[in-house]
Amino acid sequence: MTEPGSTIRSVFIWVSEGTWRASVDAALRVAPAGAQLTLLYVTPEEVAEAARGAYLGLLGRAGPGPGARLDELAAASAAELLDAAAHRLGRPCERLELHGQAEREVVRACARADLLVMARDGDRSRLGPKSLGKAARFVVDHAACPVLLVWPGPPPDIGTIPPPPHHQHRPGPRPGNPDKLRH
Amino acid sequence: MPRRTALNAAVGEAVSVLALLAVLAWAVTRPRGWPEAVAAAPAAVILVAIGAVRADTAAAEARQLGPVIGFLAAVLVLAHLCDDDGLFRALGARMARSSAGSPRRLLGRVFVIAAVTTAVLSLDATVVLLTPVVFATAARLEVRARPHVYACTHLANSASLLLPVSNLTNLLAFAASGLAFGRFAALMALPWLAVIGTEYVVFRRFFAADLGGGSRGGGQDGDGDAKGAALPAATLAVVCLTLAGFVVASAFGVSPAWAAFAGAAVLAGRALARRRTGPAALARAADVPFLVFVLGLGIVVKAVVVNGLGTALAPLLPAGTSLPALLGVAALAAACANLANNLPAVLALLPLAAASGPGAVLAVLLGVNIGPNLTYTGSLATLLWRRVLHRHGSAPDLGEFTRLGLLTVPAGLALAVAALWAALHAIGG
Repeated sequence: MTEPGSTIRSVFIWVSEGTWRASVDAALRVAPAGAQLTLLYVTPEEVAEAARGAYLGLLGRAGPGPGARLDELAAASAAELLDAAAHRLGRPCERLELHGQAEREVVRACARADLLVMARDGDRSRLGPKSLGKAARFVVDHAACPVLLVWPGPPPDIGTIPPPPHHQHRPGPRPGNPDKLRH
Repeated sequence: MPRRTALNAAVGEAVSVLALLAVLAWAVTRPRGWPEAVAAAPAAVILVAIGAVRADTAAAEARQLGPVIGFLAAVLVLAHLCDDDGLFRALGARMARSSAGSPRRLLGRVFVIAAVTTAVLSLDATVVLLTPVVFATAARLEVRARPHVYACTHLANSASLLLPVSNLTNLLAFAASGLAFGRFAALMALPWLAVIGTEYVVFRRFFAADLGGGSRGGGQDGDGDAKGAALPAATLAVVCLTLAGFVVASAFGVSPAWAAFAGAAVLAGRALARRRTGPAALARAADVPFLVFVLGLGIVVKAVVVNGLGTALAPLLPAGTSLPALLGVAALAAACANLANNLPAVLALLPLAAASGPGAVLAVLLGVNIGPNLTYTGSLATLLWRRVLHRHGSAPDLGEFTRLGLLTVPAGLALAVAALWAALHAIGG
């Protein structure tokens, strides 16, 4: 953890499909000039494994099946994302490509970082708990370093906050008057 | 049949079951990458040699499987040539363009294309040829690929109900049911739509977070496959004519396999003339070791059935085509498919279900085609072997896939059976 007054020396930026630009931009705003920047991408293994399983389920087909092709495509796509993120960052950085369950790999990788920058991964059409997906929720709960959580797009207007529950009805005297309930 | 009586039925059953397990284990572990036929063919020969199955029974099974296997080979070649002609690449580019960067819209397009590909060109085409294209499309749009890839693997099973050519299980059932091609499709259309609809509703809710997440925004395809994006019109026309050929040939009492051969021959001739493919590549696409494997597996399963499994399963299989009976048949078929694999399950159940008519045969198909989505490898047997293989490394967590299966399979199966029952009443078995 960063001590009060100490500088941020190591910043991890979690790069994910569709949301990485916001994370990179936020990191550029907060990372001090001398900080070491690390771009982190996690390739989920279960996607290729599901395709391998489907091929196995066909029983007895010759040929390599789709698993190896998916691995190739995933590696290429991860490299492309990291390249694009590094280009947008425009500062010297390290690239870290990991495999496995994203949330666990991110928490493990950031154990020694001073700051993790990440974007929301949930359903942004519903503001509230659903705007954090399972992976981001896990990282927010378990990360051993401070987390900067950003909106992938423009943040919602303050007016989108729902009114508190007792303000759902028109303000004024309540219809069920407690005095009347007494008799 | 002196050798048959010499062998006690219980011993015969034990040996046959062991042979089946060995064949399944080989299919999953693939020692040294050798094809499955290496285990299945000797297993069949040994079972005949020791009298676990009579030579004439095995020969009858082989005669019955032969045309089905030939039909399958033609469909495999047809799908392979469609891929060579760039059909799937073009479909990927279309999906990318028309979904305009929206993960939800992409999912809708994946559903339509995977369902139609599976129905027309068989589930092999969806698993082997379409899935990588869908993954690449999602990656290009910067969309998380999981919902879209899982949709391919799910629909390869559950959307393989529509036509006899959609799945090897269907080809086997088609031969056993005595239905014409068109009637088969007419009876299965409603169940097919019911199960795809169920899958779509569950996927939209289950993956709401992934689908509501970001993308690159906008269908920017200009940098990608714009040049290779044109749909191969001639190839599509041949596929459509082949489909029409299935229905027409079958209506005139000719095996629809001939239409598949004709379609494959036209595309192969064209590809050979343009030197886009060679005889060796075509032979690889026909997958001869697989055809031998199916033949061997058929005889091994026959041995398991005649030595006792048949008498054990018969009382469990409800008779008739009432809604509860159809539900029972489909549930039993799904259970068998999940224990071993749907191929041995359908081989074992078809002779029993055929006695109750085409309705029961189609209910078996609903079970063996939708059921495998409960596990990502299609059955517990393959899953266990897969886990054994992974014991030294950490196996990827597919718990999410299993939860998805628990949500889609029971609901999809029940709705599909109800739809089949309605179709049987409306059209008649």
